[in-house]
Amino acid sequence: MLPATLPLLGMPLSGAGAGVADGAAGESVLPPAGLALLRWQWHEVEAPYLVAVWILVASLAKIVFHLSRKVTSVVPESCLLILLGLVLGGIVLAVAKKAEYQLEPGTFFLFLLPPIVLDSGYFMPSRLFFDNLGAILTYAVVGTLWNSFTTGAALWGIQQAGLMAPTVRAGLLDFLLFGSLISAVDPVAVLAVFEEVHVNETLFIIVFGESLLNDAVTVVLYKVYNSFVEMGSVNVQAIDYVKGVASLFVVSLGGAAVGLVFAFLLALTTRFTKRVRIIEPLLVFLLAYAAYLTAEMASLSAILAVTMCGVGCKKYVEANISHKSRTAVKYTMKTLASCAETVIFMLLGISAVDSSKWAWDTGLVLGTLFFILLFRALGVVLQTWVLNQFRLVPLDKIDQVVMSYGGLRGAVAFALVILLDKTKVPAKDYFVATTIVVVFFTVIVQGLTIKPLVKWLKVKRSDHHKPTLNQELHEHTFDHILAAVEDVVGHHGYHYWRDRWEQFDKKYLSQLLMRRSAYRIRDQIWDVYYKLNIRDAISFVDQGGHVLSSSGLTLPSMPSRNSAAETSVTNLLRESGSGACLDLQVIDTVRSGKDREDAIMHHLLSGGLYKPRRRGAWRCAQAHASFPLHQPVLRRSCPGRAGRGTWQCTCHQRPPRLCLWTCRRVGTKASHPWRAWRLPPAPRLP
Amino acid sequence: MGSSQSTSEEVRELVGKTGFSSDQIEQLHRRFKQLSGNQLTIRNLRKAPTGLADEINFEDFLTIMSYFRPIETNMDEEQLEHCRKEKLRFLFHMYDSDSDGRITLEEYRNVVEELLSGNPHIEKESARSIADGAMMEAASVCVGQMQPDQVYEGITFDDFLKIWQGIDIETKMHVRFLNMETIALCH
Repeated sequence: MLPATLPLLGMPLSGAGAGVADGAAGESVLPPAGLALLRWQWHEVEAPYLVAVWILVASLAKIVFHLSRKVTSVVPESCLLILLGLVLGGIVLAVAKKAEYQLEPGTFFLFLLPPIVLDSGYFMPSRLFFDNLGAILTYAVVGTLWNSFTTGAALWGIQQAGLMAPTVRAGLLDFLLFGSLISAVDPVAVLAVFEEVHVNETLFIIVFGESLLNDAVTVVLYKVYNSFVEMGSVNVQAIDYVKGVASLFVVSLGGAAVGLVFAFLLALTTRFTKRVRIIEPLLVFLLAYAAYLTAEMASLSAILAVTMCGVGCKKYVEANISHKSRTAVKYTMKTLASCAETVIFMLLGISAVDSSKWAWDTGLVLGTLFFILLFRALGVVLQTWVLNQFRLVPLDKIDQVVMSYGGLRGAVAFALVILLDKTKVPAKDYFVATTIVVVFFTVIVQGLTIKPLVKWLKVKRSDHHKPTLNQELHEHTFDHILAAVEDVVGHHGYHYWRDRWEQFDKKYLSQLLMRRSAYRIRDQIWDVYYKLNIRDAISFVDQGGHVLSSSGLTLPSMPSRNSAAETSVTNLLRESGSGACLDLQVIDTVRSGKDREDAIMHHLLSGGLYKPRRRGAWRCAQAHASFPLHQPVLRRSCPGRAGRGTWQCTCHQRPPRLCLWTCRRVGTKASHPWRAWRLPPAPRLP
Repeated sequence: MGSSQSTSEEVRELVGKTGFSSDQIEQLHRRFKQLSGNQLTIRNLRKAPTGLADEINFEDFLTIMSYFRPIETNMDEEQLEHCRKEKLRFLFHMYDSDSDGRITLEEYRNVVEELLSGNPHIEKESARSIADGAMMEAASVCVGQMQPDQVYEGITFDDFLKIWQGIDIETKMHVRFLNMETIALCH
């Protein structure tokens, strides 16, 4: 099996094979001299060892880069990695006299690309994505078609004009094929560069969405032209063109459909994993990867499949799986994606060194560079002009500049060009060289200059504000208001349809795909509130807020039983918080140390009572807070965040005697306090 | 609307006041007639507490709708600021049901309760606590550190503006008034 995997890793077969043969031959001739204490069994571990070593080298390189702040703030990581790859490739070349490691298309498409696409699909801000879907689709489909045709035709024009060396034997079809693979914006490169630039979200989502969705177009064009080239240009008939157009729809819609089917399956299976929490992350990865492979098998657009899978399943999966699994999924995805990206760029650098694979032609290279920039800019301007008639928020000139400059090409183009068949496309070597130069140019030069460009043009940057409760509330209010206004006006616009979709989702889909307990409390506002509470709690403890002071727990008293009228919170504050009126006996019965800490922390936070450093912690919520805590909702009592204000509180309820810790009536048994972190079904309070 | 002459005059007036084009006004008028059953005013069907009008006529209708017009591309900074303020003022009035210039805790709670009323599983108390949390956030944004003695009355319009500083309302609060021929007239 080992020799079979070696070509996959792009490593020379001969070396290992020779080693094995020698070993076998040696053993059959000479009996072993004695009992060997240690044996050198390189050939048995060679393949996985090399994989591990490369990934390790890439990661170590990343650490080294980040040691110098100055360098990383100017030069994007992808540049550094490519340059490192060049250096390493040079070393390998010098030592072994031949280029050993390459970016193999098989490895790339099967192992390196899926994690990145999955990561971006899963964490895609879907609201923003669908808001801008029209623009994204336009750029992805129309833009890529425009780019590929014009670039291919222009290159052919140059050849006809004699500006290319005659050794480049390529016809119009060859150039169109080349145009199709060089014109696609690459998701890996865009992610790598834009991640560090932080432009505003709309711009980012348009460029990035385009890079993801144009995969379908690229796949179709590439396959169509490849088969035309194989058939020979004379055999191409009109019906083939029609089939080509039809295949565009088949590939893209089919890929999306495959993704959605797997998203549905994934959501459905995670509904039932309550008792087997440990396999939840595994399920997510497996089903998403299966979506990729299925689409790849059916020669549909695999990137679209994985993207749709991620976008479609996220909401339900996040609701169904446990908190730990969510974290596991998130970090594993990010790690895998980052690792894959690093390896890709490094291998790109290494592969460029192998000069046996490419042939240089100045006319072709310069022409390609010039044309891709020119036609991208032209295409963006034209499409934006059309789009702005329909968009509510027009894209202005600065956005267009960033969009055309941000059309980076990357490893996908390189892998596709390596896949070309040399016998059918005699100019393959020239194309390979050109692709390498183009990819290097876009990643290095454009990557280096895009940050200063963005700063110089004063592009609107993304404001990384934390999600606030107010914002979430207002967004929801907005959605309602706008849907209502659209209804009043009678216009079935975007908001109307979105509202309809949400109704449908709430009634049917969510019930089917979400676990019952998750479905009940499913609400975005609630989620934000919950998350904010937890974050406050964590930061409270992190800042050294002592959960347990030496004088024991000091908790302010509950509002006096007599006041059914307005309880000013200011009054509450003035009470110095003596006398715990809680049921402390539950704490005493806690057994393990961890339980105790959990219990106490939960106790304090849910009561929102502890006054760290004796500064007034706001407690308006406190006034009427305690009793309805059949849901252990955490009050935002941490002063660090919430400013220490108070306000008039109107509390008309009389608090029953509750143990604030377990939020149950006094006297009930609470054996598993930490479970209260999750939202159980509410026991009715009389 | 009487004769055609006075109609066009009124239309021009409305164009001037609200900024809609005359086509849009025609369409909205048609829609208004549909909603009101060819009466001159739309009745407010809900039993309204004080502060809500009982009936609105076409001009009021247009005025309200004009808040949702998309921003023009050729607006300058000042106009943009003005537009934004108007939209936010509209929103403010929606929250402030008793129109006293402040959004008090009670009013905010009502808003949140109504927002969450669609979800039958979230209790009222939870809605309240969310409203409290949001109010607390607003307080921290607007007033910053407060003394323990201070009492925060409610959100004024200026505070409201402060909260909304980061969010560009112009891009979010608009409805397209163009293609309304596609309206299904069976509502």
